[in-house]
Amino acid sequence: MRRYSAFAVAREAARYHTGWERAWRSPEPKKKYDVIIVGAGGHGLATAFYLGKNFGITNVAILEKGWLGGGNTGRNTTIIRSNYLQDPSAAIYEKARSLYETMSQDLNYNVMFSPRGVLMLAQTEHEVRGYQRTAHANMLQGVETEFVSPQRVKELVPIISLSGPRYPVLGGLWQARGGTGRHDAVAWGYARACSDMGMDIIQQCEVTAVRKEGGKVVGVDTTKGAIDCDKLGIVVAGHSGVLAEMAGFRLPIESVALQALVSEPIKPCMDIVVMANTVHGYMSQSDKGEMVIGGGADGYNNYTQRGSFHHIEETVRALIETFPMISRLKMLRQWGGIVDMTGDRSPILSKTPVENVFINCGWGTGGFKAIPGSGWGMAELMAKGQSSLTEEFGLNRFREGRFVDESVAAGVAH
Amino acid sequence: MLILECPYCGVKGEETEFHGGGEAHLKRFGPGSSEEDFEGYLFHRENPKGVHLERWRHVNGCGKWFHVARDTATLEVFGSYSAQVTEPPQEIKDAISAKRPGWSWREFA
Ligand SMILES: Cc1cc2nc3c(=O)[nH]c(=O)nc-3n(C[C@H](O)[C@H](O)[C@H](O)COP(=O)(O)OP(=O)(O)OC[C@H]3O[C@@H](n4cnc5c(N)ncnc54)[C@H](O)[C@@H]3O)c2cc1C
Ligand SMILES: [Zn+2]
Repeated sequence: MRRYSAFAVAREAARYHTGWERAWRSPEPKKKYDVIIVGAGGHGLATAFYLGKNFGITNVAILEKGWLGGGNTGRNTTIIRSNYLQDPSAAIYEKARSLYETMSQDLNYNVMFSPRGVLMLAQTEHEVRGYQRTAHANMLQGVETEFVSPQRVKELVPIISLSGPRYPVLGGLWQARGGTGRHDAVAWGYARACSDMGMDIIQQCEVTAVRKEGGKVVGVDTTKGAIDCDKLGIVVAGHSGVLAEMAGFRLPIESVALQALVSEPIKPCMDIVVMANTVHGYMSQSDKGEMVIGGGADGYNNYTQRGSFHHIEETVRALIETFPMISRLKMLRQWGGIVDMTGDRSPILSKTPVENVFINCGWGTGGFKAIPGSGWGMAELMAKGQSSLTEEFGLNRFREGRFVDESVAAGVAH
Repeated sequence: MLILECPYCGVKGEETEFHGGGEAHLKRFGPGSSEEDFEGYLFHRENPKGVHLERWRHVNGCGKWFHVARDTATLEVFGSYSAQVTEPPQEIKDAISAKRPGWSWREFA
């Protein structure tokens, strides 16, 4: 792999950019791999990357039914934060956030991590108490957050209206080290690094069946033929239920649509990320100047990657009250992704009832921020059979009543 | 946008008239049942990409719960039916079979 650098840009400029090579190979599948990962989203690719980097396991294939990063990884609003309530969440999300800080250097790929700060508005008394509690929990967890006053909110976000009649701003939970990143670049950067380690990324290759012998996985059937493996990692977000059915077990997951939209580009007006969870809306400004807006998830099972219009209307209606200046903006694009929701709003990183099949799912509306931490833990789980980052996120927590309850703390898409 | 029909008051409305209530025909398991059954009842969901039987409530109308048969991959609605049944009536099953031959849902068809 040729490294990217200022020197490389100069070298290629001198020869009319004829020397850039493809970022990853597109090989045909081999007969057998040590590990097959299903799903080339951020979590699948990061899992493969850390299998190679931390454990030297490189005879790996990543199978993707569409194009890599074309699932939720390429559809999300890229908010990165780690101000969760429960200790196991803080551990994995903070691990991820800290890995984002050096990801561009680690991957030699600019993922445009922008630690511009994330502010979660408290717009009801209940939220004020909730976020104060989270700030205290974060202090104990070593995650740097603070509860800030309405005046501080106004300093951070001059375009905000503090005195909305329905949703006054009573304070906010501020994580200065949170921010955004470039979603495609995260997938592309990991893909390039995986390919460089000799792993095969096989796109347009849909897994159609999981083959087992004596309760153990032996391979998968795909639209490019049968491929054998010793271990299988299922990392397919909204399609987790479909893959679990192929492998012969059920999941505590429901798939629903989550939408986002962007406005026409405007001059810089907001340099942090603002989330307003009471009204199910959040907003940031992209480098191109578009206001990136996300809302709440739909209330019914859906695999169509398009959501209900009224949810967008609700989100925008509420945000306009808090940010009056956006009321005249035209919206350019709207899209949806299929997110995998668990009852406690925490992910599942786990062994499964089928030997040597592992699953990483349930990130729901908020897994972009977790990609590197999730990959780190999942790789360890797959290589060694256990990982301190993932142990609280096992499938058995449902049966045993050990939820990692984040539904109150987050309660919204993000 | 989903268009649903309430089988009680006969009102046809778009989805904001109603509220989704999740998977239908769950078999209850309570105290005394096995841990597997209890876990399955509380948490495990079919979540299929295809035919889905589900509960809805006519919140902005008569307020009653009812059932809907729908395809989660296309959003096509096959029909709605009474809440007082433990599996879809034959005409709903037939309507689904006409469009999705070979469909399945747990133990019934
Ligand atoms: C609108 C929206 C906004 C969001 N905003 C945020 C945010 O601001 N911050 C945040 O942290 N998170 C956010 N999220 C959530 C985040 O996008 C996801 O949690 C995360 O991207 C999931 O990554 P993944 O790798 O698990 O899944 P995906 O990126 O969806 O990858 C799964 C892949 O599996 C493939 N696949 C499925 N079935 C098969 C098969 N049978 N064979 C082969 N391949 C298969 C799919 O094609 C897909 O590419 C948002 C999500 C949406 C939809
Ligand atoms: Zn009615």
